[in-house]
This record gives sequence, C-alpha cells and structure tokens, in this order.
Amino acid sequence: MHPSTLVLRRRTRTLGGPAVIRWTLIGLALLFLGVFLVVPLVAVFTFAFQKGWEAYAAAISHPEALSAMRLTLTAAAIAVPLNLVFGVAAAWLIARFRFPGRSLLITLIDLPFSVSPVIAGLIFVLMFGRQGWLGPWLAEHDLHVIFAVPGIVLATVFITFPFVAREVLPVMQAQGSDEEEAALTLGASGWRMFWRVTLPKVKWGVIYGVILCNARAMGEFGAVSVVSGHVRGVTTTLPLHAEILYNEYDFVGAFAVASLLTLLALVTLVVKKYVEWRSVAS
Amino acid sequence: MAVSSRRRVLPGFRLSLGFSWFYLGLLVLLPLSGLFLRTFTLTWAQFWETVTSARALAAYQLTFGASLAAALANVVFGLLVAWVLVRYRFPGRDLVEALVDLPFALPTAVAGLTLTTLFSANGWYGRHLEALGLKVAYTSLGVAVALTFIGLPFVVRTVQPVLEDIDVDVEEAAATLGATPWQTFARVLFPGILPALLSGFTLAFARALGEYGSVVFISGNMPLRTEIVPLLIITKLEQYDYAGATAIAVVMLTASFLLLLAVNLLHRWSHRRLEARSGH
Amino acid sequence: MSIIVEQVTRRFTEKGTPAVADVSFQAPAGAITSLLGPSGAGKSTLLRLVAGLEVPDAGRIHIDGVDCTSMPVQQRGVGVVFQSYALFRHMTVRENVAFGLEVRGTPRAETAARVDEMLRLVQLEDLGSRFPGQLSGGQRQRVAFARALAIRPRVLLLDEPFGALDTRVREELREWLHDLHTRTGLTTLLVTHDQQEALEISQHVVVMSEGRVAQAGSPEDVYSRPASPFVASFIGGASVLRGQVRSGRVAMGSLSVDVPAAAREGESVQAFVRPHDIKLVKSPVGAVNGHAATGRVERFKPVGGYVKVLLRLPTGDEVTVEVPRSEFDALGVAEGDAVRADVRSATVFLGDYAI
Repeated sequence: MHPSTLVLRRRTRTLGGPAVIRWTLIGLALLFLGVFLVVPLVAVFTFAFQKGWEAYAAAISHPEALSAMRLTLTAAAIAVPLNLVFGVAAAWLIARFRFPGRSLLITLIDLPFSVSPVIAGLIFVLMFGRQGWLGPWLAEHDLHVIFAVPGIVLATVFITFPFVAREVLPVMQAQGSDEEEAALTLGASGWRMFWRVTLPKVKWGVIYGVILCNARAMGEFGAVSVVSGHVRGVTTTLPLHAEILYNEYDFVGAFAVASLLTLLALVTLVVKKYVEWRSVAS
Repeated sequence: MAVSSRRRVLPGFRLSLGFSWFYLGLLVLLPLSGLFLRTFTLTWAQFWETVTSARALAAYQLTFGASLAAALANVVFGLLVAWVLVRYRFPGRDLVEALVDLPFALPTAVAGLTLTTLFSANGWYGRHLEALGLKVAYTSLGVAVALTFIGLPFVVRTVQPVLEDIDVDVEEAAATLGATPWQTFARVLFPGILPALLSGFTLAFARALGEYGSVVFISGNMPLRTEIVPLLIITKLEQYDYAGATAIAVVMLTASFLLLLAVNLLHRWSHRRLEARSGH
Repeated sequence: MSIIVEQVTRRFTEKGTPAVADVSFQAPAGAITSLLGPSGAGKSTLLRLVAGLEVPDAGRIHIDGVDCTSMPVQQRGVGVVFQSYALFRHMTVRENVAFGLEVRGTPRAETAARVDEMLRLVQLEDLGSRFPGQLSGGQRQRVAFARALAIRPRVLLLDEPFGALDTRVREELREWLHDLHTRTGLTTLLVTHDQQEALEISQHVVVMSEGRVAQAGSPEDVYSRPASPFVASFIGGASVLRGQVRSGRVAMGSLSVDVPAAAREGESVQAFVRPHDIKLVKSPVGAVNGHAATGRVERFKPVGGYVKVLLRLPTGDEVTVEVPRSEFDALGVAEGDAVRADVRSATVFLGDYAI
C-alpha cells in the first residue's frame, strides 16, 4: 500500500522541448510546492519564534513539554526495536520461502497503511478499555492500559510495524540468496550466516526502514489520541501536547512543540537522502 | 531462489514463521477480530440505524467527497511534479526531490496546525482568500486542502519511477513518425503511466479516507457540516458509545478493504497488460 | 573422493515435470566431470543437490564413499563456485577467502597463512584489501575459487564458472583451471552449456537433457559415438540428412550409408554429419562411390580461419560444411555451383527425431 521510496533511480536523458512549455511547467510545479510545502515549513518556525527566543525556550522546557518528550521517546524506543526484529524476520520469511498463508501475511503487513489510525486506536480500546474484553480483569488487578502509557506504546507499535518489513523485503528479494548459500557451503551455521552475510547485505534497507518507522512512531497522532485520554504531563506525547496548547490558544507554545517535530521530519528527510545516496553508491 | 518443497535448506524458516505469526496474531488479528465481534452486540436494526443516521451520512459524504477531490488534485499536481522532476534539470531540483516526501515525514498534527493557521481568516493565505470571498479554514474546502497535502507524495512516488523507465527512444520514435509533442504525450506516454497514476490516486484516496491529525484542526468539527468520519468515531467513543463507534468503524474498514482490493486488481491488470505487450 | 549419484529425483512443483528425473552417474575421483546440456536440462539443480543446497525427493548421493543424502550442507565439505560468484560484497577479498576458515574456528595465524597461500594460488596477492565491487569479472571468479578451495573441500563444484565472462577471459581461465586441477587433483564437477568447454577440460562428460542423463562417457565417446540424436545434434553442430532404408543401406540422393543392423526395410533414418567430416570437390562428376553426395552451393561465409559453406542437396536437405580458407580458395567455387561432397563419417539413427 505504501509506495516504497527506496528506489535506485536511473538517470534518463532530459528532453529539450519548447523552452516556454518547460519553464511554465517548472514554474507551476514550484509554485504549487512552494505554497503547499515550503511556506508551511517556514511558517512553523516563524510562528514558534513570534515572541522571541525566550518564549520559545520557555515553551519547550516546560515540565509538561519535557514529559511529553520523554513519553514520545519511550514509545519510539519500544516500538522501533520490536518492529525492527519483526520486520527483518518477516522479510526473510517472505523473501526466501513459499508456504501456505504467505499472501495473507503480506496483506496483513500492509494493513496499518490502509486502516485509519483512529480505528487502530479503537481496536485497542475495545480490547483493553473499561468496557473492553479484558477491561474488567485489568480493573480488578489495577492495571491500566487505555488512558495510560502501555496503550500509547501498543498503538504506536501497531501503526509502525510495517515500515521495516516493507523496506527490507524488496532489498532482500532483489539480492537473492546466493551469498547466503555460499556461506552455508563454507560451513557457516544459520546464525553465523545471518549476522555475517544477510544483515550486512540489507543494512541500508534496515536503516531506511528504521528511520521511517521512527519518524512515524514519534509523530503518530490519531491512534495515540484515541488511547491517550489526554492526561496532561502523563499520557500526552509531543503531537498531543501541541494539540492541547493550540486548543488553549497558546499558539507560540503549540508551534514551539511543532517545530521540534518538524526538525525531526527534516532530519528524517536528510538521513533518508543520505541512505539513498549510499545504497546507490554501494 | 525460493524453495517450494517441504524440505528447506536455508535456515530460519520455522523461527521466522513462528515469530511473524505470533507477533501479528497478538498485535493485529486478536484486536481486529474483537472489533468485528463487538458489532454483534448490536441488532441489525440498531446497526443500520447507527450507520445511516443523518450525522453519519453527512460525515461519509464529507469524508468521501473531500478525499475524492484531494486525490484528484493530487493526480494533477502529482503528475506535474513527477514530470518536472524526471524531465527537467533546474536549480533546486535536488531540494524539491527531497521535499516531496515531507508530508510522509511530517507528523500529521503539525501539518494540521500549520495549515489551519495559514488558512484562517487572518492567516498568511486566509487573509487574501477571504478578501476574494473564499473561506477555507473550518469549511469542507479546508478538509480537501489538508487531504491534498497529505496525499501529495503518493502520486509523485508511484508515477516517477514509471516515467523514468520510459525510454526517450520511444518519444523520439513518435517524433520521427510526425507526432506533435502533445500527441506524443497523449498517445504514447500517457497510456504507459496511466496504471501508475491510477494506483497513486487510489493510495492517496485510501489514505485520505482514514486521515485524522491533519484534518481535525482545519475542519472545525461541526456535526452535519464539517465532521469527518474518524472524528465521529472518536466522539462516539468519548460518549462511551462503543457499539456505535464500532459500527461506523466497520463501515470505514469495509470501504478501505474494497479499495485495497481495487489496488491489487489494478496491479494485476497492469502487470498482465505489460506482459502481454512484451510478449511473454 | 568420487561422487556417486543414484536415481536422484527433484521436482519443484507437485505436478509438472521434475527438474531432475531419476538421474544416476559417477564422477570419478580426481577427475573433472562435466554436466553438459542446454539451459533447463537440470544441470544446476543436480549440482545444488550434490552441494546440499537442495534436498532430493528420491535417490541417494555419496561423496567419497559416504552417504550424504541427508547431511546438512555445512558438513559436506564441498567447495562451490557459484555462477554469480556470490562473493560477500561487504567483505574484502581476504575476508571472503578467510570466511570459511573463521566459521570453523581455525586459529588466526593459520587462517592468515592459508589465505596467503590461496591468494598466491589464484595470483591475487596484491588485491587482498579490495572489495569485490572493485575487481574485474575474471578476478572475482578467481576470488570465488580461492574462497572455495580455502576450506580444503573434498570435492569442487563449479556452476557455469565462466558463464558471465567474455570469450578471451574464458579461454584464459579454462587453461588456468586445467593447471589448477593438475596441481590440486581435486574431484571436480563442472556445470556448463558450452560443449567446447566440456570437451576441452573434462575427463568425463555427462550430457543432460530435460532432467535426465542422455549419455555419460569420455569426451571422445560423446563426441564420436553419440548415443542418441539429441547428443549428436547438441554436440558438434551436425547437419541432418533424412532418408529411408532400402535393402540394408540408406540412400540420400546420391549418398548412401550403412545402417544399424536392426533397421527394417522402408524405415526412416537420419544421418548426422559434422561440418568438418565433409570434403568438397569441385567437379560433381566422378566416382560416386556411395560416400559422396552432389549438391549446389547455396551460399558461403568466411568465419575466421575457415569458410562455412551451405550446400543444398537434391533431396532438399541442407548441409553445412567447414572448409579451411586456403582449401576453399583453391577450390574456387561460387554460389550456385554444383559440387560433390565426400562424407568421411556419419552417425545414423533410426526413426524420425525432431530437434
């Protein structure tokens, strides 16, 4: 469902064509991208620094902002490694073996791309919420999942599980299993083969998947919003914190938090470009 | 080479199979089956009443209408951007190339906040549009604008590789046969990129249907007027109407699955067409 | 250290024809045995079965007298050179060669010495710190050999080892492999679709077709005494002449040849004639002693040191003849000329076999 963007591009010759048409098309495209991408990007930082550096610093060092940062980092720190392991295992399975249920597995991996994040949150509320299947049992044992940190982590893991698998799978399929087989004939055990040959081969696909997974994990809003309950300073991630501030008309605060998330997006794009460049080079 | 037999020489089959299914089962299959089971707590009449209430119908209309408009806008602008990126060299091209993915990387809430502020009555854009009598923020037009932002990369990234793969030879051949540039585009290039354009459209449309973060700020959230389906689900949840929320969610899930099916059929169709052409 | 394959079958789909069907052969110890056949004949699958990269559905495989049908690939002690070389692209040449020793837990000093020895063997002493991406095709090929040989394999398995190289490098490496084999004396199994390669460097040839063994024997056997029309046409690029058995002989135009004893009167036969087993004589008149045919020169084409002449016989059959260039010049024929073709030898098969 998600067009994989790690594509090794071949340079095509550029056609001349009439200069008028060429520059009109370039102009239109740049105008559109300027209005929709560049200006909003500039706007985030302009709004964040509207009242100067001190107001900005105060907004992002507020205890609630710091706790939102901690929660966002925690959720990503749990979701990314789990989905990394899952992604590599699933990619190996799908790329190397034919077995009954294989296409079902592929479809399931694409699921979070086609399901609304709100519905993703909803299924966990139905599972663990007060009226959910496990609700009464959880209440009895004083365990909190929904409107608590575990729910946020669960929703994040769900939303981000396809990213690593989706990026590693095409790389593994493209490379074939010759090198793995060579390692086996040379006497390597399965794990030895995996660590010494398989993993280094798909390294850039893995890194690419991890940064996309991380960006989404830190920025997820819909699913997390459903399970969070918006308990200030406890169950608010950075995006939720920005929402709360915005709804309280604290625009500088909201955009200060938003600017952190925007920086994350920009870093993601830069690393992504670098990985693309490296994987073309190697 | 993938091994088709019972006996597999490459290691790790059982381990990766077991782990993948365990993980997906726990994380996806179990909760998802809970969703469908929950709808059975409603009678058919109750279910029908919930999913066809005036408020729900208005929400479907807005969500599907705005998503369709946004996906169509993405087809036009996505094709334009992909064309310009593949065909022309101009200053700042590399920057544009990297920026196209911004809507994938930027948290949706940030997009929502920013677009709302820009398009509100006294915002950078809203100020001038208002003077022209055009209200964007807190209207269905605003919803479509936010969804256009979110869906932009889909069409660009599906069309771009296909456009790159078309040999310049083909165009040159058409030119030697006397075709004008416009005829070459319409008769030679466009049929080749149509499948990619269609699947980009479907992906953008599917994503728009479920989108929440970028829309919830700009829509204004007025029931019957600017309330999207995901928000309606959340509202019902906040009123502890779990069954109602689930019923609406099932309708949306069904729509998503149908779209997913459409994408897969589209893929198969275009593959078969390509294979038929290359004579395999 | 012989390899014995007994009635091995491997199918990839439940229905469908098997990739390898009931194949038996022996690769003698210390010799190079070629598995020769067109693509899709099942040669590579057979090699992978011997290596342990595929598991047979039926049959047994012995290496060095030990049944290793169900022995894991890691324990077979086979040195495999893959068609794609399958070098570890993220490791240097040295690391590639050392890999098999490292996973065996060989002491570091011993590994280093062995790697040096291997790199000397393949004449790549100076390129140890390069990555595979920085080497030419022929150099990669030799790294693949060094890596396979470093583990002191019991047998060496080569899957189209020269397939991806250009003609000159192929010929050099063929020489080199011959030397290498003379020095190591390793039992070697070589998959190739190139008959010249097989005939030149192996002592034993197994010709395969559609998953089965068509003929096994010495290069001389399969070349001069093909066991089936397939082998005759696949090896040596023979022309086919068709005719019927008439009183113990078969006449094809003015040419007549002996037929196998089992031939019945009136039965269809085919004779396979190799391009260099025909001698052209300008004058069509003269002794038609039964081993000559008259024909017309359809066209001719100089190919390096010899000239390829296409003859059309009165029967309608076409025959390709290779004539050394000097001989052709002396002959002085032009297109359309009538000539006599003296057939030195032909291989005759009963029945109608479509190639």
